[in-house]
Amino acid sequence: MIQSVRPMKKRKIKGDGAWGYAFIAVALVVFAVFTAYPVASAFIISFQEYKPLGSTFIGFDNYTNTFSDALFWKSVVNTIVYTVLTVPVALFLSFAVAILILPLKKWLQTTFKAVYYLPAVASGVALSVVWLWIFDPMSSGIFNKLIGFFGISNQNWLGSSATAMFSLVFMSWLSSHGTSIIIYLAALLGIDGSYYEAAELDGASFLQKMWYIVIPCLKPTTLFLLVTGVIGSFQVFQNAYLMTGGGPDNATTMVGLLIFNNAFKYFEFGKAAAQSLILAVIIAGIAMVQFKFLGNDVEY
Amino acid sequence: MLFNNHLVNIKMKYVRNTIIIILLSLFALATIFPIYFMLISSFGDPVEAGAMSYSLIPTKISLDSYKFFFDYSIYSFRWLTNSLIVATSIMISNVFFASLAGYAFSKIQFKGKTFLFGLLLCAMMIPYQVTQVPLYILIVNVFNMQNTYSALILPGLVTVYNIFLAKQFMTTIPKEIIESAKIEGCNQFQIYIRMILPLSKTVMAVMAILTFMDSWNTFFWPFLVTNTMDMQTIQVGLKNFRFANTTYFAPMMAGATISALPMFILFFSLQRYFLEGVTVGAVKG
Repeated sequence: MIQSVRPMKKRKIKGDGAWGYAFIAVALVVFAVFTAYPVASAFIISFQEYKPLGSTFIGFDNYTNTFSDALFWKSVVNTIVYTVLTVPVALFLSFAVAILILPLKKWLQTTFKAVYYLPAVASGVALSVVWLWIFDPMSSGIFNKLIGFFGISNQNWLGSSATAMFSLVFMSWLSSHGTSIIIYLAALLGIDGSYYEAAELDGASFLQKMWYIVIPCLKPTTLFLLVTGVIGSFQVFQNAYLMTGGGPDNATTMVGLLIFNNAFKYFEFGKAAAQSLILAVIIAGIAMVQFKFLGNDVEY
Repeated sequence: MLFNNHLVNIKMKYVRNTIIIILLSLFALATIFPIYFMLISSFGDPVEAGAMSYSLIPTKISLDSYKFFFDYSIYSFRWLTNSLIVATSIMISNVFFASLAGYAFSKIQFKGKTFLFGLLLCAMMIPYQVTQVPLYILIVNVFNMQNTYSALILPGLVTVYNIFLAKQFMTTIPKEIIESAKIEGCNQFQIYIRMILPLSKTVMAVMAILTFMDSWNTFFWPFLVTNTMDMQTIQVGLKNFRFANTTYFAPMMAGATISALPMFILFFSLQRYFLEGVTVGAVKG
């Protein structure tokens, strides 16, 4: 049976090549026009001073200007601060919540997952509108009322440079962990029960099981969430744009927002392109470092 | 199990789970508080905020703030239809073209397949800031498409992420099914329609929902390429409304609710696919 099919199969596979190209044609055209071309174009624009009618080449000026620009470095620092404050906390919170959800009944697990995921469903604009009022600087503002219980006086949350960054970070803490919780929980449920049984025979405690089984088994998941979290956080600017506009005094201007402002506020496309490519290099670098330090002893 | 499920004392287990549920509920309350706040506040009167204080318990239910939001612009209903048109088109084209490409990349042999797929994956790592400026120039200055549905839809026709998702899933479909269909005399397109699509229903549903949601919630691209109110999507409209009515608290919440409510309804009716969708792409990410 198999013998008799083989010659026909070979012929078919050869003929299938055309189908293959036909099936990916639209995807490739979309990719070429709306991704590949723009990337190539970004390189060219980054060496130009962009004008609608004929740009002029200015060499590395956009890059050197960027590196000597204090605002650029400030935005890099802001981005790093935001990332360091949000990503590890989000990972820890999601991990803790996933562990706590684990022993519950199935319907409770699903209910909690759904609730935690809910903010991810709402649009960023809607959430930013709501949080804007939660951070209302008046004494009637929700957040001010809350800290009033602890005897702390009113703060101008988004309007003062001391608290603006914290406010954005706090908002992120409460609205961006749904995905990680679900992924962590899936990974936890995937751990083979026999590990625990073996550990129990040896009389391992909860904490020992946690340290010797759960944390090593979840390392690939943690790495995945860490890398995607950091990459995402480096591109973040929607909340800053909608809630503080980067202010006050550029205290919340992140690299993503700086690029956006250069491009679509000041129409300095060349500068924006150069900065976006620098951002791409930084992101690639961070991803590689993380894989190198955390990825080499990952066991699947 | 990680948790000791054969605790000597059933009471102990009961107490433990109760404590856990209380902790999780507190965190859940903090998580959904902004959404709760948005919903109940949207039923307030459309008066300027200075005079009022926020209440966490609904004191009255009035739809005047919704009316205020829709009265703000004659195009406010159109924002919703625009969002619907754009998100639906992007959803349909992604499900079709991404599954087609995913099938080709997972099951059909052709030259340059590995290279092309690798190229697509590399592109996923490029931050969108890099492509944003040239894409804007391309759509607005070269194609002259600003303020059209084409400008809103075309760049999102099919995303690499969805191709990746489809390919990951279709790799698990056994070869034998395709082989036997070939012997029956089906060509590749027939195989795709009759065998692959029915087998991939779940992943297609996940893809459809997540794509629709992403597209509905997108703010920046529509914000960049539209410049008149009649072409804006609900997210851009909401942003305009907010900047034009900075003191009208309840109507702003009504607007936010209007922009988010369709997704909430979708989420609660198709919850399974949403929650599944999160892990589909990530497990072997």
